[in-house]
Amino acid sequence: MKDSALVITEENTAEIPLDEVITQSRILKDEGFRFITMSSADLGESVCVLYHMDKDLQVRNLRVTVPKGKKIASIASVYSCAFLVENEIKEHFGVDFDGLPLDFQGMLYNDEEVQKTPFCKIGIKRV
Amino acid sequence: MTRTVLPFGPQHPVLPEPLHLTLTIEDEIVKEAIPKLGYVHRGLEKLAEIRDHTQMIQIVERVCGICSTLHAMCYCQGIEALMNVEVPSRAKYLRVVWAEMHRIHSHLLWLGLFADAFGFESLFMQFWRIRERIMDLQEATSGNRVIVSVNVVGGVKRDINKETEKWILETLDKVAREVNQLKTTILDDFTVKQRTVGIGILSKEKAYELGAAGPTLRASGIAQDMRQTGYAAYPELDFSPVIETNGDSYARTVCRFNEIFQAIDLIRQAFAKMPEGELAVKPKGLPKGEVVSRVEQPRGEVLYYLKADGTKFLDRLRIRTPTFANIPPLLDMLPGCDLADVPILILTIDPCISCTER
Repeated sequence: MKDSALVITEENTAEIPLDEVITQSRILKDEGFRFITMSSADLGESVCVLYHMDKDLQVRNLRVTVPKGKKIASIASVYSCAFLVENEIKEHFGVDFDGLPLDFQGMLYNDEEVQKTPFCKIGIKRV
Repeated sequence: MTRTVLPFGPQHPVLPEPLHLTLTIEDEIVKEAIPKLGYVHRGLEKLAEIRDHTQMIQIVERVCGICSTLHAMCYCQGIEALMNVEVPSRAKYLRVVWAEMHRIHSHLLWLGLFADAFGFESLFMQFWRIRERIMDLQEATSGNRVIVSVNVVGGVKRDINKETEKWILETLDKVAREVNQLKTTILDDFTVKQRTVGIGILSKEKAYELGAAGPTLRASGIAQDMRQTGYAAYPELDFSPVIETNGDSYARTVCRFNEIFQAIDLIRQAFAKMPEGELAVKPKGLPKGEVVSRVEQPRGEVLYYLKADGTKFLDRLRIRTPTFANIPPLLDMLPGCDLADVPILILTIDPCISCTER
């Protein structure tokens, strides 16, 4: 079944611990999965980060819950194109990606004077 | 050898879109390219928190004018999956018609800009003159030239009658004939070949690894197109992706030319097979859950991630547009190029920064 509109369920989405992001991404890459993008959503005390990959048009997701203030490893060492969306999530949600090859310091789109983490329900102001 | 850092864009005579790159060059050869986004960032995704899920259709149509109906289709498809809504058959075919009209006018717009980048101003005007025929069709069938607002959750809100169908098919015959005349004019041109053949090569392996999308991916020999996933009425139509194998700027141009003819054929097929019937079903309840929805825009695959909590507002809307996916491949193609080739090379990914920055 090829996926044009895939409702996210446990069958197509693996919930993985914070420290297994690189290992699991590597497994998918070795299986021939292409990196599509990442999505994220504010959960209050934490941020949910979803990694979307596909192979033969079938989507597979990895889900990681990142407590606010904790770091998560960048998967740019596995999928080099991930650096751009990781920078976006860093700016919008304040998720700190460790090992970003090109780090925009949370200013991919916005300038310094703009409120920090604008996509979180409760944002943080820059000082 | 001195290194020079050169800001490229966001305003540049060749670029229709405000792409901003910081280029490091050595003797006019690009060594490194770093993107800088944000020139037209609007934060549209955030509006999902204060506009209900039906109002968001009008918002997503404005992410990008050129792909308006495809953004709405992708969004509606996601909401329909969450609400378990089956779209009527006629609506699926009508969605194909408007989607393919969008593809034709987007590719003609791009070909005009591409010709203009070479200094072929009359060719630029010829492409845009043909494009006007499609804009007329869009205006007549949807009430608007650019923002084709026809999608609703559960189907479409406009129909196309037999008389209009006949006019559309006659117009498409003219478009096919005129585009065919211009095809050889530009593709056989010495200057065009000199500046595109063998320039900006993206190998098949790199295109896949770097997550390229649309004609940028298919010109490198990968037959991947979201229409193969079978959304709307595409499973009922005879379709296989247009591919080229050289992966250079020329291949990406040829790919877009051929996709115009394919889009015309798909519209013809859609009209030939379109059944009578209702245009939309009324959805019941409110969306709940998470969904990933994808369709093929003229520039490539667009992905919507929707998270709904059972209220009328979405908890999260995320849009990954094709140009966003094509930036890492572009950064890979640029090093080693002459500075003079940079504008043409950027154009060949058909960048849409309005989409990318949302």
